[in-house]
Amino acid sequence: MSLTIRSLESVGEYALLMNRVFSVPDRMRVFLKEFSKEVYKLGVNSIWIVSIISFFIGAVTVMQISLSIDSPLLPRFTVGFVSREIILLEFSSTIMCLILAGKVGSNIASEIGSMRITEQIDALEIMGVNSANYLIFPKITAFVVFMPVLVIFSMFVGLMGGYIICLVLGTPSVDTYIYGIQAFFRALFVWNSIAKSMIFGFIIASVSAFYGYNAKGGALEVGQASTNSVVTNSILILAANLLFTQTTMG
Amino acid sequence: MIEVKNLIKEFEGRIVLNNINAEFEKGKVNMIIGKSGSGKTVLLKCLIGLVQPTSGDILYEKESIIGMKASEMNRLRRDMGMLFQGSALFDSKTVLENVMFPLDMFSRMSRRERRKRAEFCLERVNLAEAHNLYPSEISGGMMKRVAIARAIALNPKYLFCDEPNSGLDPKTSQLIDELIADITAEYGMTTIVISHDMNSVINIGDNIIFLNEGIKEWVGGRDEVMYTTNDKLNDFVFASDLFKKIKEADDAITMRESAKA
Repeated sequence: MSLTIRSLESVGEYALLMNRVFSVPDRMRVFLKEFSKEVYKLGVNSIWIVSIISFFIGAVTVMQISLSIDSPLLPRFTVGFVSREIILLEFSSTIMCLILAGKVGSNIASEIGSMRITEQIDALEIMGVNSANYLIFPKITAFVVFMPVLVIFSMFVGLMGGYIICLVLGTPSVDTYIYGIQAFFRALFVWNSIAKSMIFGFIIASVSAFYGYNAKGGALEVGQASTNSVVTNSILILAANLLFTQTTMG
Repeated sequence: MIEVKNLIKEFEGRIVLNNINAEFEKGKVNMIIGKSGSGKTVLLKCLIGLVQPTSGDILYEKESIIGMKASEMNRLRRDMGMLFQGSALFDSKTVLENVMFPLDMFSRMSRRERRKRAEFCLERVNLAEAHNLYPSEISGGMMKRVAIARAIALNPKYLFCDEPNSGLDPKTSQLIDELIADITAEYGMTTIVISHDMNSVINIGDNIIFLNEGIKEWVGGRDEVMYTTNDKLNDFVFASDLFKKIKEADDAITMRESAKA
C-alpha cells in the first residue's frame, strides 16, 4: 500500500477516534477523578524537567548572545531583549513542547498501548464503556489545561537562568539585563505563546493516544507505537508552529 | 439464552467460522472446545459483539444483536461479564477499585453501597483480604478470581470466559472451575467458557460444542465426551496421555465385566 494511502487512512482513523473521544463522559464524577489524576501525572510531574531545561537554556542563551553581540553600535540591553524574545516566542512554547512530546507523548502511547495488548481496553468495551472517551479525553483536557502553567513556568525559569548568569559573569550587568527583558515588551507575545502551546498540547496528547490505542501485538509493538508517536508529534508541532506563526504574526 | 444461527465469519476471504448453529442455555456452563486456531475465540468475539460476523445471526433472548445500534449494544453489554485469558485487570487500580469500576460507571448506588457490593463480590471469590493490593502484587489465580468478582459485580445475565485456566496450576484451575460453575448456578447466568483444558470440560461442562477448523463438529454433554465415536473429537480429547490411559483402563474394566457376564 502506498505511503499516501496509508497516511490518508491514518488521518481517517484519527478523526474517527477523536469523534469517539469527544463525547459526554458516561459519569462526570469518574471523569473529574481521572482528569485530576492526569493533571498530576502529565502536568505536575513535568514541572521538574521543564524547570531544569528552561533554566539551563535561558542561561546559555544569555551567555551566547552576550558573546555574539559585541558591536558598539548595539546597546548591551539587547542581550536581555533578544533572550526574552527567544524564550517567550519560541523556546517556552515550541521547543518545550518538542521535549514534552518525548516525555508525555511516550508515556501516553505506552500506557494506552500496554492496556490494548493486555486486553484492558477490550474489558472496558465489554462493560459498555466508551474506552476512547474514558481513557483519552481526561488526558487531552488535563494536558491542554495545564499547558499554560508549564509555559509560564518555563518563561519565568528561563529568564531566571539568564539573570543568574548575569549575576555570576557580570556581563551584561544585572541591571542592564533586567532593563533588556522589560524593553519593548508586548503582552501579545505571551498570549501567543500560551495559545500555541495549548494547540501543541492537544497534538501531543491526541496523537500519542492514537498510536497507543491502535497498538497491536506485544511489547515490541508498544515500543514502536511510542517511538512513532514521538516522531509524528515532533513533525506536527514544527509544522503547526510554522502555520500558527504565519497566521497570527505573518 | 443465546442462539447462534448460520454464523459465518471470513477474514480476507478465509473462512474462520463456517455456518455455526448453536444454543447456549441459561443456568448452565456452555463450553466451546477445540484446537488452537479452530475459531473458538472468533466465535466468542462475535457473541460479545467485538467482531461483526460476515453473515448469520446472534440472538440474545430472541433479540438480534446484528446491526444493533451502539447505544443499545452498550446497554446489552452491561448485562455481560467477561473473564479474559490474561484477567485484564486495570493495572493502575487496586483490587477493590477494579471490582468497584463497573459499579462506579453504571450503578446508581451511593459510594458506600458500591463499596459494600464490591466487598461482597470479593468475599464470594474468597479474596476479602486482598482489597488494597494492586494486580502486580497478586498471583495469577488471585487475578482470575478478582476478574470473576469484577465480572459479577453488576449481576450480569451472561458470563463469558476466555480460557479461564490458562497459566494456572491444576489445583487453582479446579478452584476457578468450581467458582464459575457455582456462580452460574447461583445467579442463573448463561455462561460460555472457551477452553482446551479437558479437566475443565469434564468438571463443569454442561453443554459442550467442539469446533474443528471453523466447523461445529460435535455437540453433547460431559458424560458423552469421553465415549464419542467422532474421530476428530477423539483425537482432541485423547491427545493427552493421562486421558488416553484413563480411557484404556476404563475399556479394560468394561471388557473384563462383559467377559465375566
